[in-house]
Amino acid sequence: MTFLIDIGWVNLAYVAASILFISGLKGLTHPRTAVRGNLMSAVGMLLAVVVTLLANGLDYQWILLGAVIGGAIGAVAAARVQMTQMPEMVALFNGFGGGASVLVAGAAFLITADPNAQTTIATGLSGLIGAVTFTGSLIAFLKLAEIMPGRAIGFPGMKIFNAVVGLGALACVGWLTVDPSATVAYWIIVAAAGVLGVTLTIPIGGADMPVVISLLNSYSGLAATATGFVLMNNVLIIAGSLVGASGIILTKIMCKAMNRSLTSVLFGTFGPSADGPSADVVYGGRVKSTSPEEVAMLLENAQRVLVVPGYGMAVAQAQHTVRDMANLLEARGVLVEYGIHPVAGRMPGHMNVLLAEADVPYESLREMDDINPEMEQVDVCMVIGANDVVNPVARTDPQSPIAGMPIIDVDKARTVVVVKRSLSPGFAGIPNPLFAADNTLMMFGDGKKALQELNSALKDV
Amino acid sequence: MHELVQAVTVFVLAVYIGFEIITKVPPTLHTPLMSGSNAISGITLIGAVISTRVDNPKLATILGVCAVAFAMVNVVGGYMVTHRMLDMFKGKR
Repeated sequence: MTFLIDIGWVNLAYVAASILFISGLKGLTHPRTAVRGNLMSAVGMLLAVVVTLLANGLDYQWILLGAVIGGAIGAVAAARVQMTQMPEMVALFNGFGGGASVLVAGAAFLITADPNAQTTIATGLSGLIGAVTFTGSLIAFLKLAEIMPGRAIGFPGMKIFNAVVGLGALACVGWLTVDPSATVAYWIIVAAAGVLGVTLTIPIGGADMPVVISLLNSYSGLAATATGFVLMNNVLIIAGSLVGASGIILTKIMCKAMNRSLTSVLFGTFGPSADGPSADVVYGGRVKSTSPEEVAMLLENAQRVLVVPGYGMAVAQAQHTVRDMANLLEARGVLVEYGIHPVAGRMPGHMNVLLAEADVPYESLREMDDINPEMEQVDVCMVIGANDVVNPVARTDPQSPIAGMPIIDVDKARTVVVVKRSLSPGFAGIPNPLFAADNTLMMFGDGKKALQELNSALKDV
Repeated sequence: MHELVQAVTVFVLAVYIGFEIITKVPPTLHTPLMSGSNAISGITLIGAVISTRVDNPKLATILGVCAVAFAMVNVVGGYMVTHRMLDMFKGKR
């Protein structure tokens, strides 16, 4: 392929773009430098694309058509999306990345006359990873957007089915390598991987979603890397690898925060163990219900309040009401902080984004390991829509399905107020003895409505 | 072979840099990290662009144009939404 300028300049521009991507990610290591980092990364992308457009013989009309359609969809989606919908949005974008890799590798395969083994293997892998990412992400999107039921779905023999389909796809990669003229093999790989993406994602339910999105994020990068090996293009390899590494690190963090291995998230089952104590035994008439007025009095007299949000806060869209409460308390000299569990919500950092949207300063957000040692100094802990991530059973009962999972030790605060609709269990399906603890008060109701009532009570005291 | 070794070298070094940098991203920025890295994975766009050369088979051009559209969703949507989110992360005033 030739360019309007010397190929050396093109490659130099790609190096510059790679450096901009790396510096851009580096900017994300602090909230102050993050906006600039993202802009640097975007400039890197612009540079790489502009230089590529200088290639000879491009069909600009077609490129423009695709770019306008895709760009418009992306821009509208990005401008309209609610912060609570961010998990499904990221899932969908992951999918588009994977889909693009499938298409590019497919096109490259048609163009390359007499490809060598290395190219065909890379093409096969690009199609395989890309297609798994594409359909897997679409399923994740449908589940998160609640168009499809969020619970785990499976069928008998699913693991064997997956193994057969996966091995079949790999066999086709082999076929492609032996006979590079077999274009059909490529599309069989894509179809098989597409099926695999679906069957690998449907058995994964609700609270395991952070792991799956992180993993698909990683795949979308690896698919781009594989495409880079097809085209022998360094900037694709570098950018894809950065994304791949990022997704893998997030996956690891999420798994650690649930004390589960990646294989148990992907292939295991997670549900109530039959021999655990029943809800009646755990709660047994010891649950104390409270009123907004009573909680307002408690908060009035507190010096230090910790808010622990969970997915329920996102569902109730209660982040602004939480911030209003914090404002009222701060005006009275109460220190209000937020304890964030790594897997609270449906994607890594979900709670942080919601609270940032509600203008909560990032300095007030405390990480789990950071806040736990100080828990005894917290006067009132407000648990809003969180359940499994504050269940003390994780510490006390080695038989429990969540045994060993790191939790926020809210039970060690002087008083705990749990804002929740009912005593229904969280994703792990087990009762939470926190709700019946001596220092716990339950404020039943929809998160937003209950907090609004609390806020008006706070204004009255 | 020589070309492959070179590409693998680049790959390994990039993964290494990725690990080094990403482990330093604080949990509070994990969502923007995901959407921002997502935008970067839209780099497939340049592969899509060169698939549309006029002397290529028509089918390659069609695949390329679809790929351009897919990757553009990623690039434009990814950077914009990340910017929107990061703009909200403010410190104490």
